[in-house]
Amino acid sequence: MLLIVEDPTAFTGCFVIHLFEEISLLTFSFLFSSLFSLPSLSLSLFHSLLPFLSLLLTLSLSSQPLPSHPAAPPEHAKEPLAYMRKAQVNWEKRILKSLNSMCTELGVPLARKRPAVEQKELTNKWNEMGTDEPDLSRFRPVYAPKDFLEVLISLRNPNHDSSEEASAKSHWGLIQVPLHDRDIPQMREAYSELSLTTGQLGIDDHTHVPPDLFESEHTRIGKKVVNEQDSAAAQQYSRQGCPTGLRADLWALILNSTNEPEDVMHYEQLKAGVIHHDLLVDNLIYKDVKLTASNDDYYFVFEDFLYQVLLCFSRDTAVLEHFSYNSATPPKSYIQGKVGVEEFAVVYPPNGVIPFHGFSMYVAPLCFLYNEPSKLYSVFREMYVRYFFRLHSVSSSTSGIVSLCLQFERLLQTHLPQLFYHLREIGAQPLRIAFKWMVRAFSGYLSTDQLLLLWDRILGYDSLEIVAVLAAAVFAFRAENLMEVTSLTSAEVSVPRPQAGRLSPTHTHTGFHSGPWLLK
Amino acid sequence: MSVNTVPCTVKPTVTLQIGDAETDSSRPGVYVIDVTLPIGQTVNIQEISFKNYYTAYVSVRLLRRDGEGAAKWVTCLRNHCLMPSPHTEEGSQDYCSVYRQQMLIEPDNVTSVRLILRQPSSAWLNFSVEDIKIHPCLNEDSEWDIPDWLSDLTQVDQLCDLQGLPDPQTVSCSIQQMWALTEVMQTNQTTASIGRFDVRGVPIVYLHMESNVHITFPAVVGEKDLESKEGPVMLHHFLFIYWLNNVSIQTSLR
Repeated sequence: MLLIVEDPTAFTGCFVIHLFEEISLLTFSFLFSSLFSLPSLSLSLFHSLLPFLSLLLTLSLSSQPLPSHPAAPPEHAKEPLAYMRKAQVNWEKRILKSLNSMCTELGVPLARKRPAVEQKELTNKWNEMGTDEPDLSRFRPVYAPKDFLEVLISLRNPNHDSSEEASAKSHWGLIQVPLHDRDIPQMREAYSELSLTTGQLGIDDHTHVPPDLFESEHTRIGKKVVNEQDSAAAQQYSRQGCPTGLRADLWALILNSTNEPEDVMHYEQLKAGVIHHDLLVDNLIYKDVKLTASNDDYYFVFEDFLYQVLLCFSRDTAVLEHFSYNSATPPKSYIQGKVGVEEFAVVYPPNGVIPFHGFSMYVAPLCFLYNEPSKLYSVFREMYVRYFFRLHSVSSSTSGIVSLCLQFERLLQTHLPQLFYHLREIGAQPLRIAFKWMVRAFSGYLSTDQLLLLWDRILGYDSLEIVAVLAAAVFAFRAENLMEVTSLTSAEVSVPRPQAGRLSPTHTHTGFHSGPWLLK
Repeated sequence: MSVNTVPCTVKPTVTLQIGDAETDSSRPGVYVIDVTLPIGQTVNIQEISFKNYYTAYVSVRLLRRDGEGAAKWVTCLRNHCLMPSPHTEEGSQDYCSVYRQQMLIEPDNVTSVRLILRQPSSAWLNFSVEDIKIHPCLNEDSEWDIPDWLSDLTQVDQLCDLQGLPDPQTVSCSIQQMWALTEVMQTNQTTASIGRFDVRGVPIVYLHMESNVHITFPAVVGEKDLESKEGPVMLHHFLFIYWLNNVSIQTSLR
């Protein structure tokens, strides 16, 4: 059955499944079942989600915005600036158009029920889906980060006076929206745990440094935090890095991610969903994993895990909760013939997130920490609804990708003006090089141990700002080489490659303290 | 936040600018918006709510009508910051409210509200506030009946007729000293007589746990007659404040 994905601007706000309201949940499960004619799935979905409600209530609100003014409409909570909302809506229209056209071209339905034979086969092969070699040549990713970058570059505030040419406050970079960001002195205060005088894992635990100086004490404290099961302490602790052996537990504590029987049951339910139905986005996920993670030296071994997590992620309606504070809106699809009728609308994909090229790299580093699929899934989902969603939606949030890009460019313009000017002159805007790093939070561009140390700080400070600082720091490190390049391609080559270089957390130090570099 | 609003007219914005408005090319940085109530009506303002559009600071002035009918302009809010950093977007399109408690003077009997908007940054083409609403105070005898005890909690302390006695607040401060003394005595068991304890001319009696306190009250306390109590008084820690004229405390601790 071919579903037509309708223009999302037709409705205001987001179609959030209120899991706390029995009636709407039943309506959803009825719709789902009527579309895919599987009543048993709908009921079990309902029953499995009931115990999950208590878990939802314990979700930490640290990444969510402050309670808003009573007069403010819900879209204001998602994104206060009207022109950004508009840009996001237009961007979503384009994505859906692309998805729809792929659907029509290839003649593949958005969703279909698997025949019994196929279901049995998939159940048997669940742990080794990587060995499957389906024909994915016709599929292409819906969009890539560089397409998204073009959208961000074209963002303009209609009320902003950009008529003046070169002036003291003109911005040389690509992002031309006047968002607020912190300068170096303010960041030094905010990130005081990263100062040169404080011990850090990643620097002060190297072989030539005696462990008594910092490492053993830090590990001892870490063990204590894990024993106490103290989430706030774990977040504070994580700012100086997590020891490898304790990282999995600490991150689970910070993210409030449990592995209780109800979580396992929820995961099993999602797995059942994968086996019963085949979605078009599944092919997109397969394609993405094959293109990115499978080709990566560090992550190709986790290919099967990635399928197990991402396929289930697409079917998890609990993710829809985060759209109340995400500027994006999940796409809706209607039963054929009932276009526009709200009662026959269903979110597609069920979690409202359309994967793009490189999406699987958000999950890949976590595979080093967790080997149980339900636990891995739980942690990934929490990281997504707190941080990663901001990296691919247009918003004015300080952790949003627009702010990160602006922060990166401002840091470069303020502290490395000569380099910035030179790169601009040769047509190699620094953001074009650094954007892909930031969109993936450096996953795939840093070796895993370095990356996990970076993500420790993201969790510790509950903000993605540090990603922008690191990007600027990488440029600062390679400043000499970059001053000599003459084109964009050679500029890209000049900057350290992921597996070749090892960045240490002192890059962030340098961002704040203009100290010497320590690159191993 | 009260949902009810007072119907009012929002007049068009007036720019305040140095020099001739038509010939001057620079954009104004100050706008004034007048919000008037229908003629003859006054309001006691609980809240003024609006949606910001790139205004950095707002001052609010009220035209108040006092008892004699004369109207006077007073400032009730001075340079309230809406955008912490006027060159950047933070707070630029937020929904805001100014509450009665934030105002410098009581916003009662108001006939007109004047909002003075300032935007010092030249980065913006335009700025204003939208959707201005004035919310009146709820009446005292509203349809929702709250129980008496709840209203007691929220009321400011009513000064009851003390009949020449000192302020209870000051007395209770001094009781701290009395309590400390009794704690010390409890730890050091002696047979010494405390004698008379006066707190600023008002004798206080403090009965505490497990000490044999003989107290004689010669006077009437409030409506009750206290008989002189002999023998051990077994009480938990609590404080009796008796405003008595004369009391002598003979305590012997065994």
